[in-house]
Amino acid sequence: MSLIKLKAITRVYDTGSVKVEALRGIDLEIGQGEFVAIMGASGSGKSTMMNVLGCLDKPTAGNYYLNGEDVSEFSKKRLASLRNQTLGFVFQAFHLLPRTSALENVELPLLYREDELSWKEIHKRAKESLEIVGLGDRLDHTPNELSGGQKQRVAIARALVTRPDVLLADEPTGNLDSRTSLEIIDIMQSLNRDGLTILMVTHEPDIAKFAERVVTLRDGLIRSDKMIEQYSATDAIENWKDEDETEAELQNGLRI
Amino acid sequence: MKWSAVPYSALRAMKRNMMRTILTTLGIIIGVAAVITMVGLGQGASAEVEEQVNRLGQNVVLVFPGERSLGGVSIGGGSANTLTVEDAIALKEEIPEVIAASPEVRSQRVIVHGNQNWFTRIYGQSADYLQIRQWPIESGEMFTEEDVERASLVAVVGQTIVDELFEGADPIGETIRVRGLPLEIIGVLSRKGMSLMGSVQDDIVIVPYTTGFQRISGRTHAMVINIQVFNQQSMEIAQQKITDLLRERHRLAPDQENDFTVQTQEDVAQAATETSRVMTWLLASIAAISLFVGGIGIMNVMLVSVTERTREVGLRLAVGAREPDVLLQFLIESIILCLLGGLGGILLGIFATEMIASYAGWPALFSTEAMVVAVTVSAAVGLFFGFYPAWKASRLDPIVALRRE
Repeated sequence: MSLIKLKAITRVYDTGSVKVEALRGIDLEIGQGEFVAIMGASGSGKSTMMNVLGCLDKPTAGNYYLNGEDVSEFSKKRLASLRNQTLGFVFQAFHLLPRTSALENVELPLLYREDELSWKEIHKRAKESLEIVGLGDRLDHTPNELSGGQKQRVAIARALVTRPDVLLADEPTGNLDSRTSLEIIDIMQSLNRDGLTILMVTHEPDIAKFAERVVTLRDGLIRSDKMIEQYSATDAIENWKDEDETEAELQNGLRI
Repeated sequence: MKWSAVPYSALRAMKRNMMRTILTTLGIIIGVAAVITMVGLGQGASAEVEEQVNRLGQNVVLVFPGERSLGGVSIGGGSANTLTVEDAIALKEEIPEVIAASPEVRSQRVIVHGNQNWFTRIYGQSADYLQIRQWPIESGEMFTEEDVERASLVAVVGQTIVDELFEGADPIGETIRVRGLPLEIIGVLSRKGMSLMGSVQDDIVIVPYTTGFQRISGRTHAMVINIQVFNQQSMEIAQQKITDLLRERHRLAPDQENDFTVQTQEDVAQAATETSRVMTWLLASIAAISLFVGGIGIMNVMLVSVTERTREVGLRLAVGAREPDVLLQFLIESIILCLLGGLGGILLGIFATEMIASYAGWPALFSTEAMVVAVTVSAAVGLFFGFYPAWKASRLDPIVALRRE
């Protein structure tokens, strides 16, 4: 059984005078442990799809099965609980609480759990999560004391802290330089190797190549869905030398 | 939801915007302080009035000349010449319930002792006046009925006179002069403090009414007749009898209105208490308005805060917060904001009350009741004015909220 199954998902924005069809019938299955990149130009519907996948938005029609359950008709309360327990979010803009320590930022999702944890357990899990992303020594740093890459790592730690089934990353490297982007991708690959399912939206082919499957959207429909030869971010970092090489790789593009 | 995290994160949010927090709570602080000060002073005044009424004497009936409305109690007024000394004597002799009656005549005069002089009020009263007023003599003695009959040149003085003319020394046996008329001081009154109307009651010289009428004021009619009724139960019947007797003595036809007014101590007390109660309410209302304005300030700031923290709200919703969680978070924040303001307001209020009370010489009463009410009200203000911003926050669409720059 696949972890995620979308069946004929449509999403229509009704702005009164105009109806915008953002998704026009998406069928997609994602299995446990996959690392999928969702690509597409702006306006292709990839953000809408991410919102639907992330249970932040409900499809206009169609069915969304998550762990075998049809969540498209779930109540707001159950969706919130899904976002809390089953899904982990990483955003382009990090969305860390300002002037709040890394540890407290990571603890945030645990505060909204339905079954309360003790403070001790909350601190412990947040600390573990930060150690996984290599920030075990930055627990008390506030976001403005952290670099962009470190911020995104805190955000990943926050997404991981609830031990979710799926990590949803919306342009996770969009605000980072290439070298730092690689570090973030490296963390994601390592998490994926440990069994975490990752869905990553990106418009950069250079980033998408680190996934093992690339789904391309255009005008609200899936245009291609292919397995690719996965690049290793660890290798890319090791081979990191100068700008030219990056340029060359960029031109190389996707090896599909 | 981990509820213990909410007040903590609320306090954190406030600490992040320290200046704004202080300025916002200032509205509540001033509002609560105003309420506490006003209520404190008002209650102090009411308590003072009550005490004053008791000091007025026991089972006292006052008869004023002329028709006077009951609401506008003024112990001072009443200039009609309708009450005579004979009226007072008749009241005492003919009505069994009346155990004492003193026709009063007041004059404002300069009194002189040695090279000191002092502008004071000279009261002509009967020998049983102090009994009516329940006013003990501190030293010496009160003049007697004989003194009244003979219009003796004797006086009993209040503490203010002792302080001002004799610099605290024992004045018994000394002579003071009123326009050349020598009065021998035979007694000193105990200290009585301020009256209902705020005058210093100790600033007084009491002489036999005969002396007052004939030698000092030149008046022929009593300004007030002070009467003591023998007990509380007889007050009403006594009042009726007094009215009947005076109407008879004044030969008033049944269709004529009274040319005098009978007031009991309770009437005076009621009017005075009513006045202070109205004042308290008036002041408290004004203070409540400032609390209300403070609440609007809270709402403003919370609205700004919600707008500023749109992305935070979006994130909280994304990681699993439900609408009620967000609503409660912002509500609790504004309640905490108001409660802090309330506590600050109590401190400032106590301080302000003490200051005003000591400056103006009023008593100040702090009731824990008023403080509990103030804190409850400020929490309610937070709840009321915090609700709209909190509701707005909880209704945010996480997708839109997260995209907001």
